[in-house]
Amino acid sequence: MKIAIPVDEKSMESTVCQSFGRTPYYLFYDTEGGTSEFRDNSASASQGGAGIRAAQLIVDEKTDALLTPRCGENAAQVLRGAGVKIYKTINNSVRDNIEAFKEGKLNELKKIHPGFHNHRG
Amino acid sequence: MKQLLILSGKGGTGKTTIASAFIELARAKAFADCDVDAPNLHLVAKLTAEPQRKDFYGLPKAEIDAEICIHCNRCRDNCRFDAIHKNEDYHVDIFACEGCGLCAALCPVKAISMKPAVAGELILNDKDTVFSSACLKMGSGNSGLLVSSVKKQMKDAAENADFAIIDGSPGIGCPVIASLSGVDIVLIVAEPSLSGFSDMERILHTAAYFQMPAAVCINKYDVNPGNTEKIVDYCQENSLPFVGKIPFDNEAVRAVNSGRTIVEGSGHASQAVREVFKNTLEILIGLGDEDDE
Amino acid sequence: MKIAVLSGKGGTGKTLVSVNLAAAAKDSMYVDCDVEEPNGHLFFKPEEVKSRQVAVEIPLVDGDKCTGCRVCVDFCNYNALAWIGGELKIFDEICHSCGGCIVLCPEKALKGKEKVVGQVQRGKSEGVTVFTGMLNPGVASGVPIIKELLKETGGKEQIFIDCPPGSACIVMETVAAADYCILVAEPTLFGVHNLSMVWELVKHMGKPCGVVLNKCLEEENPAEKFCAEKGIEIIGSIPFDSELGLLNSNALIAVRENAKYEKLFRDLLLRVTREVRP
Repeated sequence: MKIAIPVDEKSMESTVCQSFGRTPYYLFYDTEGGTSEFRDNSASASQGGAGIRAAQLIVDEKTDALLTPRCGENAAQVLRGAGVKIYKTINNSVRDNIEAFKEGKLNELKKIHPGFHNHRG
Repeated sequence: MKQLLILSGKGGTGKTTIASAFIELARAKAFADCDVDAPNLHLVAKLTAEPQRKDFYGLPKAEIDAEICIHCNRCRDNCRFDAIHKNEDYHVDIFACEGCGLCAALCPVKAISMKPAVAGELILNDKDTVFSSACLKMGSGNSGLLVSSVKKQMKDAAENADFAIIDGSPGIGCPVIASLSGVDIVLIVAEPSLSGFSDMERILHTAAYFQMPAAVCINKYDVNPGNTEKIVDYCQENSLPFVGKIPFDNEAVRAVNSGRTIVEGSGHASQAVREVFKNTLEILIGLGDEDDE
Repeated sequence: MKIAVLSGKGGTGKTLVSVNLAAAAKDSMYVDCDVEEPNGHLFFKPEEVKSRQVAVEIPLVDGDKCTGCRVCVDFCNYNALAWIGGELKIFDEICHSCGGCIVLCPEKALKGKEKVVGQVQRGKSEGVTVFTGMLNPGVASGVPIIKELLKETGGKEQIFIDCPPGSACIVMETVAAADYCILVAEPTLFGVHNLSMVWELVKHMGKPCGVVLNKCLEEENPAEKFCAEKGIEIIGSIPFDSELGLLNSNALIAVRENAKYEKLFRDLLLRVTREVRP
């Protein structure tokens, strides 16, 4: 399965970024092959609608699941519309969350924020 | 980090006066001024060093190269914001331009480009405490992103702070909506006038629209006890926590004019603000971790 | 003559001054451009009120014509469009109504639909025509409503425009229509700071202006000092007066309640008229 995680740095030792829409990078990880790829998040500089644009990026990468601490309503609409599952991260460690996902220990993210015209702070 | 945002709907009810008092009482390590249009908190914040300043870029603005332009008028015809004018040459009114980029996309000779535009300035004081603020350049739109940047700047600089106080702006539009995002509770400072009541209702509706818990206090309550009652009743009818009332006090004006907060003096207002602060904190703690973030 | 009343800081007395000037002028027009928090109508309690909704145009997609080329998604600077699950998703609340996607769609699959953002109300209070603009809660920008309001103004000789607080584009939009600007200042450090911001704006727009000092106490007035330093004309002064404060807090028009205030505002009106037509 292909999973995406918002990360602060381009490294497997990086911390998970608290903001989904404006994270500087995304980690795309293949749970079968164990391969990882880091991509810049072009949505981070957006005036507004960053969550939507970031979600579009995730969808275009044919991601199966997103691991994130939080997610806004508009981004969630995009992700769910494309069948991407959203899971809540358990802590700041990228590695811990990947392990937890593989062991089926992560919960789906239930609490979705209402949109703030995408000016999330 | 728990965040308390202070809003009012109506301008001039006392947000900044109360915010500065709360900051003093809480000995807050992190606070922000999200009234980027008319920032004032720095005037009573007792800052000790020069802040760091950073240009803030808003949406790009269109620019027309008169040498290439063939006066076909397609840009002006299609601009929804009346931002393109023609004297001898075609030029863009940068205050009206909303950076949509349609003119640039339509120009048959590529005479129009979208140029980065400074929309304001981000200001950060992080010597002993973290104070994040900004100033919007006059005539700018899109203040929402600047407000979000002010909050992000505060959170990044004060990672270990467990409590932050945010002074908001009047109104119910974009900057207010942006300031609501991610806060734990909003304290509405109401004034006992009919205008104040009407404006308070509108900001409460806005907070409810975004599912944000709110509490209400009344400032200058003795100016009109009848209206004060109205507000207290309204809170009861709508199950809104009422956290106290503060009397009008000229001492407050004098304190502010000499760069002090109102809790530094004695006087009735000073005592009342302490009560309001105590009650607001109780509610904030009571909200606890029901938010699963 | 169109007089804009502004202040930078909220709560200094814009509505007090604009409402009472309009009432003192008797046969006039009052336009409330503070569309986020309109208050003038609470004072005038206008009759024969006619209301009109204000809408902006946002895109609507024809799924049959859309080929998924994504020109619109890539174009939108506000990220209001997304392509998911084989169809175009439009985020109404993010859209800034620029109309670009509709124009650029190669298949003409997008057309405009209306989204209501607020309303404009017109009424009468004695000889004053009262225009009020109201923004719907949850909507980001009141600019389209102000544009509608200012289109309507005309037909009376004396027009008073109550402006929003601050100095952002919504204020510029309002000031652009004026012949003269009254800046209302309160005697506090906060007030002066914001007064200077709004004075810069008015200067930049080349509008003549004068200051009315409000809530004046006996002590030294920082706003008065500021005006002296910058050479700004002070055209009137309203003392701090709890009786006036009480009337105002009950949304009563001072000019219509008490001869003392009628004189105060009539004098101010004369002064303003002299400034506009010397």
